[in-house]
Amino acid sequence: MNSIILGIISIYYLAFLFFVAYQAEQKTKKGKSVVSNANIYSLSLAVYCTAWTFYGSVGRATADSIDFLAVYIGPTLVMFLAFPILLKIIRICKTQRLTSIADFISSRYGKNRSLGVLVTIICLLSGIPYIALQLKAISNSFGILTNSLSNPNILTDHTFYIVILLIVFTILFGTRNVEATERHEGMVAAIATESIIKLASFFLIGIFVTYWLFDGFQDIFSKAHLIDSIKKNFTMKQDGGMSMWFWHTFLAMMAFMFLPRQFQVAVVENVDEKHLNRAMWLFPLYMLLINIFVIPISIAGGIIFSGKPVNTDMFVLSIPMHYSSELLAIMTYIGGFSAATGMIIVETIAISVMVSNNLLMPIFLGIPKSKSIINRNPSAVVQYIRRFSIALIIILGYFYFKYITEKYSLVSIGMTAFVVVAQFAPSVLGGIFWKRGTQKGAMAGLIGGTIIWFFTLIIPSLVSSGVLSDNIMNDGLFGNTLLKPYELFGMTGMDNISHSTFWSLFFNITLYFFISLCTKQTSLEHNQAVLFVDVFQYSKAIENSTVWRGKALVSDIKSLLESFLGQNRTERVVRMFAVRNNVNVQTRYADASFVNYSEKLLAGIVGTTSARMMVSSVAKEEDISLDEVVEILKKSQELMAVNKELQQKSQELKQLSEQLQAANEQLLLTDKLKDDFLSTVTHEIRTPLTSIKALSEILYDNEDLEHGERQHFLNTIIKESDRLSRLINQVLDLEKLESGKVRVLNETIFLDEIIEDAVESIEQLAKDKGVKIYKIIDKKLPNFHGDKDRIMQVMVNLLSNALKFSETNKGTITITAYNEDSNLYVNVIDDGSGISKEYQELIFDKFYQAHDQTIKKPKGSGLGLAISKRILELHNGKIWVESEVGKGSKFSFTIPIE
Amino acid sequence: MNIQKNIKVLIVDDEPNILLSLEFLMKKEGFIVFIARDGEEAFDIIKREHPKIVLLDIMMPKVDGYEVCKFIKQNTETKETKVVFLSAKSKEVDIEKGYSIGADLYIPKPFSTRDLVKKINLMAAEVI
Repeated sequence: MNSIILGIISIYYLAFLFFVAYQAEQKTKKGKSVVSNANIYSLSLAVYCTAWTFYGSVGRATADSIDFLAVYIGPTLVMFLAFPILLKIIRICKTQRLTSIADFISSRYGKNRSLGVLVTIICLLSGIPYIALQLKAISNSFGILTNSLSNPNILTDHTFYIVILLIVFTILFGTRNVEATERHEGMVAAIATESIIKLASFFLIGIFVTYWLFDGFQDIFSKAHLIDSIKKNFTMKQDGGMSMWFWHTFLAMMAFMFLPRQFQVAVVENVDEKHLNRAMWLFPLYMLLINIFVIPISIAGGIIFSGKPVNTDMFVLSIPMHYSSELLAIMTYIGGFSAATGMIIVETIAISVMVSNNLLMPIFLGIPKSKSIINRNPSAVVQYIRRFSIALIIILGYFYFKYITEKYSLVSIGMTAFVVVAQFAPSVLGGIFWKRGTQKGAMAGLIGGTIIWFFTLIIPSLVSSGVLSDNIMNDGLFGNTLLKPYELFGMTGMDNISHSTFWSLFFNITLYFFISLCTKQTSLEHNQAVLFVDVFQYSKAIENSTVWRGKALVSDIKSLLESFLGQNRTERVVRMFAVRNNVNVQTRYADASFVNYSEKLLAGIVGTTSARMMVSSVAKEEDISLDEVVEILKKSQELMAVNKELQQKSQELKQLSEQLQAANEQLLLTDKLKDDFLSTVTHEIRTPLTSIKALSEILYDNEDLEHGERQHFLNTIIKESDRLSRLINQVLDLEKLESGKVRVLNETIFLDEIIEDAVESIEQLAKDKGVKIYKIIDKKLPNFHGDKDRIMQVMVNLLSNALKFSETNKGTITITAYNEDSNLYVNVIDDGSGISKEYQELIFDKFYQAHDQTIKKPKGSGLGLAISKRILELHNGKIWVESEVGKGSKFSFTIPIE
Repeated sequence: MNIQKNIKVLIVDDEPNILLSLEFLMKKEGFIVFIARDGEEAFDIIKREHPKIVLLDIMMPKVDGYEVCKFIKQNTETKETKVVFLSAKSKEVDIEKGYSIGADLYIPKPFSTRDLVKKINLMAAEVI
């Protein structure tokens, strides 16, 4: 394939990444962050899978069989088991505004500068070969596709140009904001995209090999059995196979947490702690998917290239090339390219922050001449330093690749980096769980571990590349056989990596532990230890309280901030702080909380160490004891609790007053209803009274009335008197029911009996009027509990109403009763005059005549229905009517059985 | 007595027992008595018979007494007709409202029959 075409494809791919990153940043500016998303977060974690995964896993699977998986089981275990540790680290970094692993360790141990430097150097030692490894992968894959050898002349070497592009990209999206806490959203978006691309392309080649060249997994595995060299690989090695698994998995766990690029994406770029919940299963799933085809491809490669000298690391490219499937080869190349570039970009950004904040800035701040330059325009200086670091790191990686890496399998460089990064584990894990860990202990552990790592892994590699003579390998250091790099203190039977991990961590942990116990912490160190270990206990308080004491001029602090944030932003930040914390910033001397806050702001930009140096250069500080720190934090926390309580109290008060208002309104309403009721009742009483009075007067004044007429008048008077007393009884009854004074009995009631009795009581009247009564009652009506007489009252009321409105000698009344869904239903149906729609609700209402209403509801339904409704409500039941004028009415009620 | 013989009186009430007594009283005084049980019936009779005096209940189904009164007083043919409200609504405001609508007399229920008869007779004298 033409190398120019492939070069153009690579450039197009990088342009695409630019586009993705740019779009994401534009969206963020508009306030619609695409990166604040659990899926994107999980995908960005997959920057863990580098070109080493993409190409190297197959190589490793071919060479060492299934133990390549250990490297992927580690992160999965971290997500499942060490999830709380990750959460704790994230929380600490957020509250302390830490932006790198170097910052993390130096901040924990008293914001110590030398620790920051040491961690940065270790990261450089692990990172540069690792970057070189990625460049090697790019170069090799390019070489295989174009069938050319790597070019020793830099200017004609295609990898060099890719390196230049990568530097431009990383600078553009890595140093846009100097404040490292302001995250690199464009970069994260690009990395997440790359994770999708590498997975997709590895899947593509996997499917091609497994289902196109072979007949699925089974076919491949069955053929593998025919070849001895492969068969051998699938049996666990007896000599230390298990311990190798253990150590490699353990290393991968540490690497997943502490590799600079992993720390960057998992901790620094984390937008929301909750995203971890999704990543907990999504990321392991990703790891599973990207490993599914590793073994099939490695077996297939072994079968296809059996006996030929083909680089096993490049099987994924060699196979499609072998079958002249160029398109597939290009796609695979893009996948590997994306894995490599993703790693380079994130790793470089992470290390450059450390190099500038922990290495270069403190140096420049320490030199009076350069300090004055920094003071003039510090944010620009920080930006330049960071850009310079980025370029430097990638270029160093390139030279390392160019002149040193030629000899190694991709995997061995990766594992070597893992071992040195694992040296952070004691200081970090000890630092967040053990308050006693001291700066000197951390220092000793890190140095000791790193020396052992250097001796057991780097010296041998220098030997094998011919830099050192091989005497040391055979005879040991100073001719002491106990000091052989691969057999330290005579230990044999372990692979080099496990061997190195064991000894380096052994020394690291021992030194860390014992020296910590033997040394004392400074007060600042002690304070930080508490803040780290008890972060969950104090995390709110840490933000709101101050563990600093001293004197500083407000103007000094402000000008310090201004030089990094600019005048406008400083004003804004200071104002916000003053308002939020109710602190006066117009005074001559700064409030301690303000100084503390400013230092944290600066730490986000230049790192903990530099921020510490800057603030202490303008402030006269006093020591503050741990007891005081804890006191301050406790107070702050109590204050927050009190605040919360107050808020709750005021909320309760508000609710109470709302309830009061509601009650008041209810009272007013009740009052009005009572008024209405009274006037209605008076009216109802006046009507019969009028008749009685008028007729009595007529009888009195007219002695000469005919007998018949006289009888008629007298009879009317009697009826109207009855009506009057009935009305009074009903009013009293209703009043009793409403006020709750009535005792509703709890008797066992058989509904069919009630209906029977009610019908009996009006049977005679119905006969007289010529109205027929039918009953359709379910045989198996369950009994229920309630007040027998009251239910009877309802039944009689409904029946007498029905009778009243039925047509003489023609009407019929039908009663039905049944049980449905634990509710008893009773219907009383007549074919009388019916009730028009507008009154159907009104008739159940005792206050049917509102204030200005002069329209009467239909006659006859006095308070009977209102009473019935109330009785049913006391039994948790309901009553309603369906009716049509001229056709009749159907009154229904229902009572729940229990 | 003779003079009143050709004076038409309409009684409007939804209570049959009240109608019973009023009808008796008016007939005894020699008026020509018409009866309506609600507002709608009243409209028909008013349009057909042009009664001189209307005894009018207020609270009735369908159309209330106020409506009937308004109808009488707004119609040029009937506006001379005397309207007497007979109502259980006996509060000051109710009485005022009755007069404001155009009633000539407002008698709260329950009423004294003698008093009522006296007042209607006086009114009948005016009408002639």
